[in-house]
Amino acid sequence: MNKQFGSVWVIAEQIDCRILPVSLQLIGQARKLATELNTSVETVILGDQMDKRVQQLFAAGADKVYLGNAPELAFYKPEMYTEMIVKLAKEHQPEIMLIGSTSMGTELAPLVAARLGTGLTAHCIDLIIDDNKILEQRIPAYGGLISIICPEKRPQMATIASGVFPHPELDESRTGEIIHLEIPHEIPLRVQTLKIVREEPGGVPLESAPIVVAGGAGAGDIEGWRIIAGLSETLNAALGSTRPAVDEGWTELETMIGQSGKMVSPELYIGVGLSGELQHMVGIVGAKVMVAINNDAKAPVFEQVDYGIVNDCREFVPMLIEKIKEYQEKKITC
Amino acid sequence: MLKVVVCVKAVPDPKEAHKIKIDPATKTLTRAEVPLVLNLLDKNAMELALLLKEQLDANITVLSMGPPAAGNIVKECLALGANQGFLLSDRAFGGADAYATAYTLAKGIEKIGEFDLIICGMASSDGSTEWVGPEMAAFLKVPVVTRVNEIVEFGGEWWKVKASLENGYRLMRVKLPAVFTVTRELNTPRTLSFSGIIKARKKEITLWDLHELGVPEETVGQKGSPTIVSSLATVNSKRIAEIITGTKEEKAEQLVQKLSDAGVI
Repeated sequence: MNKQFGSVWVIAEQIDCRILPVSLQLIGQARKLATELNTSVETVILGDQMDKRVQQLFAAGADKVYLGNAPELAFYKPEMYTEMIVKLAKEHQPEIMLIGSTSMGTELAPLVAARLGTGLTAHCIDLIIDDNKILEQRIPAYGGLISIICPEKRPQMATIASGVFPHPELDESRTGEIIHLEIPHEIPLRVQTLKIVREEPGGVPLESAPIVVAGGAGAGDIEGWRIIAGLSETLNAALGSTRPAVDEGWTELETMIGQSGKMVSPELYIGVGLSGELQHMVGIVGAKVMVAINNDAKAPVFEQVDYGIVNDCREFVPMLIEKIKEYQEKKITC
Repeated sequence: MLKVVVCVKAVPDPKEAHKIKIDPATKTLTRAEVPLVLNLLDKNAMELALLLKEQLDANITVLSMGPPAAGNIVKECLALGANQGFLLSDRAFGGADAYATAYTLAKGIEKIGEFDLIICGMASSDGSTEWVGPEMAAFLKVPVVTRVNEIVEFGGEWWKVKASLENGYRLMRVKLPAVFTVTRELNTPRTLSFSGIIKARKKEITLWDLHELGVPEETVGQKGSPTIVSSLATVNSKRIAEIITGTKEEKAEQLVQKLSDAGVI
């Protein structure tokens, strides 16, 4: 009495015809989930001139690709993308649907979920198949992890940030079936993208920086934040943040590290004036050395790093900057 | 007249929310008295509504779903300048996930009547899903733009807005009625004025329970939620900090030495 499960789907995303890394990472994870459910991995990709790129999806682990390939699909169109995915899902009844937590994915996923009448879990940091063959979707909350399941409705839907799952090894010999999708007509286009503007981010990119300095609410104000930024500059590090720092307006959302932000894996991580909320800490994957500076000796962050300094960060960081500069000068003269 | 609905949420005060924790022994949430406050990004939603009211002929309705105590945040929005406030409150609404929340709010909006624009914060500080705005739009069958950070053109049937993207933005043209979810960058919310508080005292909040909302019990709250929390777990860290002690200078010197020894600076 083996139950036959529907496929594991990944809604892949492209920008300027390039498939995003998160889509390939999700296909890699989908492969693992599909093996446990004894089912297949299927991917939906909507774009223009994508024919040559589809092979990447197979190489990452997809068995079948639903391809919408037309000039009208070059850029994300909320209503048309939603309509096409909803129609396809109703037809093929996938068991699971995974989407990257990009700005497109974060808008598209709830539109699709509401139309399909199913549940959706945000920014998962792990996905496993439980003993009942149900998808356990883990997210950090309340200083620990909570598991969310969608016991009855299908598909079980989740969004996941880039970097949560590793890049799969690409097997270029893998191939699969391509199903070409028709472009639906008579879709109301009440929301239209007129222009997409991408600005080159300045400074060292967080995701690949060897040193990351992250600041939190303990900065106190914008002056305190500048002190932390000064430490980052001294170390030629990338400056990251926690949600409270973003909410205070000291820094941009793009610098946020964690569950709903960026994933980093530096050689050295220094957390300054942050308490160590798991939503932030899950964003630091495999750092070699971790340091925390916080005036509260009981802050949970001290249970998650290698070296701790109990001190008001605004007082301590200027001294640390001075000592690092001395060290750097000595290193050059030696 | 432009009819604006602002959806707001009462959330545990983010400054004290860390008091609610998972008990390692019982794997349940520890009870803590954390006051409810107006969700931070909902203040930006409210500010947009007030700016529109100042520049156009607009009427602002505030809508929330929550326990009776959430009435305070609806009152706060009335004091800021909203025209009327509604609170959907019933035990049956409890335990709702984003889907059931969006559904219940959408039913509330349908009952309130016609609307041109629904505004809500991009996400709540306690849920952080970003689902409620778009799911509401799907239930109400109207378009949505999420992460709106600038209103470029407004007043007519079609509006132009900018919405934030990774390292950039998209310029969108959208036909009303529509839902916008807004970011912190959109504006700087005003603070409460004394005269506003006095004026709001005379305004009444309309309370609707399950019966008055007129929806089946199985479509709202925990029963109407496709997702459930199946378990809670604490996390054991693989690291534990060696606390460096001494004077400020000694601590800095020791830390630099340790980082140098580890070869990371």
